[in-house]
Amino acid sequence: MIRFAAGRLTSLVISLIVASIVIFAVIEVIPGDPAAFMLGVNARPDTIAALRAEMGLDQPVIQRYFAWVAGMLQGDFGTSWTYKTPVSDLIADRIWVSLPLAIYALALSTLIAFPAGIYAASRRGGAGDTAIMGATQLGVAIPNFWFAMILVLIFAINLRWFSAGGFPGWDNPFQAIKSLTLPAIALALPQAAILARVMRSSLLDMLGEDFIRTARAKGLTQRQALWRHAVRNALIPVLTIIGLQFSFLLAGGIIIEQVFFLPGLGRLIFQSISARDLIVVESVVMLLVFVVIVVNFLVDLAYAAVDPRLRTKS
Amino acid sequence: MSRNLIIGAALTTLFIALAAISFLWTPYDIETLDIPGKLQTPNAAHLLGTDHFGRDILSMIMMGARTSIAVALVAVGIGMGLGIPLGLLAAARHGSLLDELIMRGNDLVFAFPSLVIAILITAVFGASAVNAIIAIGIFNIPVFARLTRGAALPLWERDFILAARVCGKSAARISIEHILPNITNLMIVQGTIQFSLGILAEAALSYIGLGAQPPTASWGRMLADAQTLVSIAPHTALVPGFAILLMVLGLNLMGDGLRDWLDPRIRVVRT
Repeated sequence: MIRFAAGRLTSLVISLIVASIVIFAVIEVIPGDPAAFMLGVNARPDTIAALRAEMGLDQPVIQRYFAWVAGMLQGDFGTSWTYKTPVSDLIADRIWVSLPLAIYALALSTLIAFPAGIYAASRRGGAGDTAIMGATQLGVAIPNFWFAMILVLIFAINLRWFSAGGFPGWDNPFQAIKSLTLPAIALALPQAAILARVMRSSLLDMLGEDFIRTARAKGLTQRQALWRHAVRNALIPVLTIIGLQFSFLLAGGIIIEQVFFLPGLGRLIFQSISARDLIVVESVVMLLVFVVIVVNFLVDLAYAAVDPRLRTKS
Repeated sequence: MSRNLIIGAALTTLFIALAAISFLWTPYDIETLDIPGKLQTPNAAHLLGTDHFGRDILSMIMMGARTSIAVALVAVGIGMGLGIPLGLLAAARHGSLLDELIMRGNDLVFAFPSLVIAILITAVFGASAVNAIIAIGIFNIPVFARLTRGAALPLWERDFILAARVCGKSAARISIEHILPNITNLMIVQGTIQFSLGILAEAALSYIGLGAQPPTASWGRMLADAQTLVSIAPHTALVPGFAILLMVLGLNLMGDGLRDWLDPRIRVVRT
């Protein structure tokens, strides 16, 4: 297990290094001068020169890369050009929207997918199974930002149960959670569809195993065997998918935040893109990539801890 | 043929036909604005209604189908064109440093949140259909490379490959003449799935303004335009959304159907 963890940790570090190089390089290869790019076409040469000095662009590339990485390791993500505040403060403000949204969506997705998947597997080939599998086909095919618009149309505009967008802040937790509800549903639906399918097929695999036959032979009904023995074993692949979905939900929130005007990391990225505030774009993208890679690493590790067979594979 | 395959192929054909016809004819010119005739609900003159500029929505859906299909198809092409050769190479040199490098490179690309990187690429290089294609295409490469390698490895153990090696064929020739034909079905099925994911990704990128730019019609941007109008003219949001949904659903059903149809062994297991 320790060898496996060490191996995964090495590849985690390599992934992070390569990711930082790629992100840095993408910003670096912008045609022309980043300072000129940020200031737009009408900038005076002395303004550009001043920004170049402020951004450290007069230093060699390698030195700037290491300065950027070293800064991030100490929690210093640079200073936003448009907001004139440290990027870390901007991120700290907005993570309290993006992170709860992702967690909320993950919870919803799991709550929908588990019963749906288990029910479909237990009624394999029956009407309930067919209906659930049909619904998951739709769930996978619906663009979630469109589903979000439909939710707004029905629940905000027609029924007036929820507001159509915006975020009131955490001072009133009930209102905050309420305003995250429609976004979380929109984000969760496609993930729930995928998860329900994985849950169903994983359960069906388990139901074909010898230990289920043994359980049936000792007198359990099919349903008892399913709940007592199959579900627990079927959870292993399902948990992996849940872990991977978390990072997907965090990144996927970027678009949903746009639909609901939520002041999260996604909107920060878009505002920074249109304001050409590259320091913010670079750092927020790196942060998201970091979270995704680390979550994937933890999932791998947890998976191997639960199922020793996997340690030898990688 | 299964019901899935027939429904899926029918839906897919419908949208491909709409896109193809749009090269010759659309009911209206989508670059002509008709402000007095804006936001009409579906009627005899405009079967799917008009948008906030009075443009015919059916014509825009037809032109948008063209954009979606072109972007997704080229992105799948990039994935197959680079991924399959890399996968074949990794399988032919199984266990070598090259194999290791290719597979670790794949893992690395998989680890990236694709949407975030696509946004980064289009943000930096400018929003355009071409950059959207590249951003989507890059993430198709490891999918095909991994699948190709996985399918090719067991083939290398088979007797007919051994026979080809005894005949003195090089690894490259064996890969192309014997391995590739045996994994084509698998690639077609995966290609269909990636195609549908490409349609969704293109719609998402255009929706946030990082895909095809005006005057090129695109389903995602039609939805972005419709967002503020959804309360007064719901059809402007419903029509493009259903277009995306039906196209993606069609491709997914076709992928599932093709898999069962092309691989009789799976069919036996399932029934």
